[in-house]
Amino acid sequence: MDSQTIAVRQQEEIAHHEHDHPAYLRHHFETVEQQKEAASFGMWLFLLTEIMFFGGLFMAYLLYRNWYHDAFVSASNTIGIGLGTTNTAVLIVSSFTMAMGVYCAEKRNRRGLLVSLALTLVLGLVFLGIKSVEYHEKYVEHHIPGAGFSIEDFVHPHDKRDIPLSPDVAQHAQIFFFLYFAMTGMHALHMIIGVSILLVLIYRARQGAYTTGHTSTIDNFGLYWHFVDIVWIFLFPLLYLISRHPLH
Amino acid sequence: MSHPTLEDVHVGHHIVGPKIYLTILLILLCLTALTTGIAFVDLGIFSPIVAIGIAVIKATLVILFFMHVKYSSRLVKLTVASGFFTFLVLITMTLSDYISRAWGLW
Repeated sequence: MDSQTIAVRQQEEIAHHEHDHPAYLRHHFETVEQQKEAASFGMWLFLLTEIMFFGGLFMAYLLYRNWYHDAFVSASNTIGIGLGTTNTAVLIVSSFTMAMGVYCAEKRNRRGLLVSLALTLVLGLVFLGIKSVEYHEKYVEHHIPGAGFSIEDFVHPHDKRDIPLSPDVAQHAQIFFFLYFAMTGMHALHMIIGVSILLVLIYRARQGAYTTGHTSTIDNFGLYWHFVDIVWIFLFPLLYLISRHPLH
Repeated sequence: MSHPTLEDVHVGHHIVGPKIYLTILLILLCLTALTTGIAFVDLGIFSPIVAIGIAVIKATLVILFFMHVKYSSRLVKLTVASGFFTFLVLITMTLSDYISRAWGLW
């Protein structure tokens, strides 16, 4: 690069600073699109580590379900399907309201964004409320793994006469419930983190932070919220559905 | 041969509208009802396959539309695909290790 080119570059730099570009465009990005792209790429890399994190739990579930199939089927059938289905619907609707929040932020609609985020927050709390009701049921039924675990409820999965499982087989139901609490607990922890971040986002959105064209924060939080939804989309069939007895 | 300029990698910014979101929401809720209903039908060994299949469809819809991957750059598409592909490779390799040892005992 000769000195003349450098001089031209410097002049361009000066001109660039006088340009009317948005204040949120950081100096190490050339365009707003590039900045947006980098932000969502980074968020996706984080979500990939989350896939691996939950993936370990899914792998453990897959393996133990094959090892202790009868105990897992029997244990899964003691979980009520109603609350789980309701929670799935609640979470899917909350994903919709979050997607609407992203849309409103892009349309610079502050009111719409606030309503969407508030609805997402409420639905997130409803999910956690229903989840805690389910946890309480497990406590009452003595289905929390540990010294107080009761094997009374576990019956043979392929027999319509409700024959109890033999004690050594039934004990393996503890592994099912350990994985149940580990997986839904980790998912619930992600929900609690999500709900906490939502509170901050709502506070900042009231001040008009995300409706000036810079929507990366809302976009990335949306990705996080949808990812947590996807984890539940897989937890629901694995824990509640696939071992269900046919109606008899 | 010139380097790709910013214009080449620029992705037209696409805002997904409420109509698409609402359609996806309704499909997801229908699939949830469907998978719950099918759980009570005795499909034998196909029961988990059908349930996981429906879950994969639901997750794909969320990723493509709610998470905008359908309208994202190739970089993001490749990132997402490679993440799930790596996960499947790890599951497959772990399982192939388990099923090839101590036949009938695991």
